Amino acid sequence: MKTTYRDAIRAAIREALQKDPRVFLMGEDVGRYGGAYAVSKGLLDEFGPERIRDAPLSESAFVGAGIGAALGGARPIVEVMTVNFALLALDQIVNNAATIRHMSGGQFNVPLVIRMATGAGRQLAAQHAHSFEGWFAHVPGLRIVTPATLEDARGMLATALDDPDPVLIFEHQTLYNMEGELAEDAGPVDIDRAAVRRAGTDVSVITYGATLHKALQAADELAREGIKVEVLDLRTLRPLDTAAIEASVRKTRRVVIVDEGWRSGSLSAEIAARIAESLFYELDGPVRRVCSAEVPIPYPKHLEDAAVPQAPAIAAAVRSLIGAAVAR
Amino acid sequence: MSAALLRGMLRIRRFEEKCAELYSAGRIRGFLHLYIGEEAVAVGAIGTLTPDDAIVATYREHGHALARGIPSSALMAEMFGKQEGCSHGRGGSMHVFDAAAKFYGGNAIVGGGLPLAVGLALADRLLGRARVTACFFGDGAVAEGEFHESMNLAALWKLPVLFVCENNLYAMGTHITRALANTDLLAKARAYGMTADSCDGMDVLAVRDAARRAAEAVRRGEPRFLECRTYRFRAHSMFDAELYRPKTEVEEWKKRDPIAALTAQLKANGDVTDAALAAIEADVTQEIGDAVAFAERGTWEPVEHLVRDVYAREAQAS
Repeated sequence: MKTTYRDAIRAAIREALQKDPRVFLMGEDVGRYGGAYAVSKGLLDEFGPERIRDAPLSESAFVGAGIGAALGGARPIVEVMTVNFALLALDQIVNNAATIRHMSGGQFNVPLVIRMATGAGRQLAAQHAHSFEGWFAHVPGLRIVTPATLEDARGMLATALDDPDPVLIFEHQTLYNMEGELAEDAGPVDIDRAAVRRAGTDVSVITYGATLHKALQAADELAREGIKVEVLDLRTLRPLDTAAIEASVRKTRRVVIVDEGWRSGSLSAEIAARIAESLFYELDGPVRRVCSAEVPIPYPKHLEDAAVPQAPAIAAAVRSLIGAAVAR
Repeated sequence: MSAALLRGMLRIRRFEEKCAELYSAGRIRGFLHLYIGEEAVAVGAIGTLTPDDAIVATYREHGHALARGIPSSALMAEMFGKQEGCSHGRGGSMHVFDAAAKFYGGNAIVGGGLPLAVGLALADRLLGRARVTACFFGDGAVAEGEFHESMNLAALWKLPVLFVCENNLYAMGTHITRALANTDLLAKARAYGMTADSCDGMDVLAVRDAARRAAEAVRRGEPRFLECRTYRFRAHSMFDAELYRPKTEVEEWKKRDPIAALTAQLKANGDVTDAALAAIEADVTQEIGDAVAFAERGTWEPVEHLVRDVYAREAQAS
């Protein structure tokens, strides 16, 4: 069936609410407004205000309340409008959600799901367009997932709700309108493993989220030049599927990491380091990275486009590795 | 009944005194915040709860843990960091947890527990359980945004949270008048449409009565705010030279020692004999001694367990 990323997430939320009376959705404007990105549109009428719970603008309290409700046996889905606002709830996520199981000696779980929009691309400037998922991926105790496809938009939520640990789902804001075909019986998907979205033998492009599609676009273009790119969608940023990264890099021996986060201290740096640690002698060239420019994301379209990874830059990075190999 | 309150407070006092001693001896490390002087609050308030009710506390929570019935042995083992501790040694003094006691932590981020209490109450509402969640915090937390956000949420959604503010006048070393533009805490609660009450936190009977009234209202389904005016007799933690308050102020408050006050009252009423008092003291001394022995006998968690329980589910490898 034809659907969108937004509708796929809504279908997943609806199904979770239907299946399990412990599940509820809570966040700013998730009810009457229908969600800032219209993800929860219509759910208030179907499930009522107790389970589609509009929260005031108090991210720390309602995210913390989600943690408390999870401790109390409910299965909250907390929607934070964007990751930029989630910084107001950073204390609750990092100091409570991530620590309580370990700190309590395994007595308490936090089976909480937090969904939030991330990323640039809609000219929203420097307080609505950043990609902080890499920061959250720094923290043990959290699971960080980044659905980039319709299947994952539809399927990650159910698995995250079943998970006994806190799971943060990052939905790139340019993906909500993405249309495509989704199987009628699409259901839960794993949230542990990366996925090869395009197989290739020359260069591995490792990415996640919306840049997956830019990487695939670059791979199409490079295929016309005879360069076979493998595109690995990380899907889960914590824990990282290191085995899948290694398997791909062993095969291609060349790697480009694409990350909409800033380069310094980023997830791309972590992946590069892991590759250097375990596959140093397997590589045919240096690890390349395509990341966001080290600036607050600007408003004008031409500058915003220049600030974040784009397909031509990804293709250029791939060519530079092939060129280096040829030159040698 | 009152003798039980006295025993409850004395257990905390002696436990804390022993902790101070063990800290000086290097047996307990980290930060240690003693509850001495404030015993009436935990004993009076927690005594009004049922075993099904939940508790969220602060990093000065040994008193709450003992009043709730967490065994002193498991609590002392936690101070030592032994795996027989109530948090398996992982948390230490500031992070006491006990699932059986519905004790949802010692929280060492000031104000960090309030949203959790709101959420526990929200789960009770959604799952149809008639429970009270008692949330303890200090006057310092009142300056935090999380206090205001949580009070608003609880009042807006009419959630069964009993907010107990232990106003001991100091946020670490900062006197309340140096921290809050308006020191009327009840006014802050009432600004959120919440019924608020204040009691003498040095009088265990006053705390008990005020907490009972508040808890009954919470059980009927509305949040309440209770300020207990109290004072800590000891330093903020073990690293505090107490430069911020005059010794005379401490001495004045010590004249209102909740344990001495209740003892005097019981004796004056003829409710307790000297022999009975001595028996309570002996029992408590024995219990604390046993707790220390239990903690000493406790074992260290094997280092191989270091990363256990970071996740409840381990990821499946590719």
